[in-house]
Amino acid sequence: MKSPWIAGKAALWIICLAPAARLAWGALHPESNLLGVNPVQYLLWALGWWALLWLTATLALTPLKRLTGWAWLQRFQRPLGLFAFAYAALHLLTYALLDQAGAWGQIPGDLVKRPFIFVGMLALLILLALAITSTKGWQRRLKRHWKRLHRLIYLAALLAVLHFAWKEKVGWKEPRVLAFAAAVVLLLLARLPVIQKGGHLGQERG
Amino acid sequence: MLLRKPADILGSEITPESAYLDRRSFMAAAGGLLAAASLPLRARGGQGAGANLGPIQKSPLSTLEPANTFQQVTTYNNYYEFGTGKDDPAREAWRLRTRPWEVKVTGLCAKPRTFGIEDLLKLAPLEERIYRMRCVEGWSMVIPWVGFPLKAVLDKVEPLGSARFAAFFSAARPEQMPGLRTPVLEWPYLEGLRLDEANHPLAILAVGLYGQILPNQNGAPIRLVTPWKYGFKGAKAIVEIRLVKDQPWTSWAKANPDEYGFYANVNPTHDHPRWSQKTERRIGELLRRPTQMFNGYGDQVAGLYRGLDLDTYF
Repeated sequence: MKSPWIAGKAALWIICLAPAARLAWGALHPESNLLGVNPVQYLLWALGWWALLWLTATLALTPLKRLTGWAWLQRFQRPLGLFAFAYAALHLLTYALLDQAGAWGQIPGDLVKRPFIFVGMLALLILLALAITSTKGWQRRLKRHWKRLHRLIYLAALLAVLHFAWKEKVGWKEPRVLAFAAAVVLLLLARLPVIQKGGHLGQERG
Repeated sequence: MLLRKPADILGSEITPESAYLDRRSFMAAAGGLLAAASLPLRARGGQGAGANLGPIQKSPLSTLEPANTFQQVTTYNNYYEFGTGKDDPAREAWRLRTRPWEVKVTGLCAKPRTFGIEDLLKLAPLEERIYRMRCVEGWSMVIPWVGFPLKAVLDKVEPLGSARFAAFFSAARPEQMPGLRTPVLEWPYLEGLRLDEANHPLAILAVGLYGQILPNQNGAPIRLVTPWKYGFKGAKAIVEIRLVKDQPWTSWAKANPDEYGFYANVNPTHDHPRWSQKTERRIGELLRRPTQMFNGYGDQVAGLYRGLDLDTYF
């Protein structure tokens, strides 16, 4: 059981690091035009997109485990969730340092004035809290509260989708927004005890 | 070989003086001619794209700011008929057949008429207009359009006194425009101007870019350019201009009336409800720059809006 897990974990790391490596290479080689003619905007968009994808993938693990009976899927939850947080954090840094370059003074005002930025920040703060408490130690310390706290990942995902939709010119009509919104809502519904066959939310670890 | 071929052509008088004098234009034109000779339609940006437009006059209305590169102008576009991604138009717009092409000018006018695109190209002397373009999303470019005043077309049909607005209808061809499958906006794309705005010397119909025939992703064969307004005002692939009495219910205003107004004048003091309009990123630059009222064309156009509350009529 040990070595397949290590191989699986290695595969996960490679898959999750590949987009960041591509973006980093593009940022360091502007002549390649890999990030297009507005690289800052592309970087911001792509990091947000990948963060949302990893977040959605994290949510998909439990339903997928139920469907297939593959208990080992559970073990990807923490690394995938942490990658979602890492991409979201890079997304925020890109916004604050690059996107707002030359207009840093307007960031504080925008945080409170712009709902789409506010909900994005809220989602990131939730992910930060979950990342910090994702260790075994915190799991022990928080006992049964740990699981309740970590269900906030659904709230983070919903806020992230809202953030995405409010940022797009056509909002919910944007096909990419719609796809993520549908996925997150579906995965949330899959976890609702009423819908679950047998309704055994309590069987997970923690 | 690669260097010699365009140089031979440059020597003849088909190259306009403006392109000849401007190194950037020259490079783009040279690239365009090469492309026209060797690349398929898909890579060229549509029928005729890359071909030279003939004599082009310079204009005192052009900005002296350095223009964005041909690549920047032709690979970063908002043109939802071909998809909502910025790179979708460059990839998909070649599908649009731009020849033959007709533009119907109808409505409240004495002499309604249908113009063939060839007639339009000869309607008035072609001018190079290097304009700033500010997108409502917070980025901007400087673009060397080739075109002629919109007024030249309107004068031909003799608008009646009752005509107060001009409505611009873009082509909507589902078989050539894959983006039409998604109902992100109401098709056909509809834009509009008050008649005095339409007759303003800055308002042009563009048929070219960098001295060449307009690439499809930029709105070929003919599009509206109003540099003091947000970019979405510039209806692309126009098939009809209708003179009307009432303010047209334009596509973006219809999609979200709180966010996109009929006027759509560039205005750093009137924020988009969801984001600030105070600053913009010029494509190719890192630091944001402050957005100017009327995109810096206030001296010419502010008079059009005297007495109008620009916060209400945004």
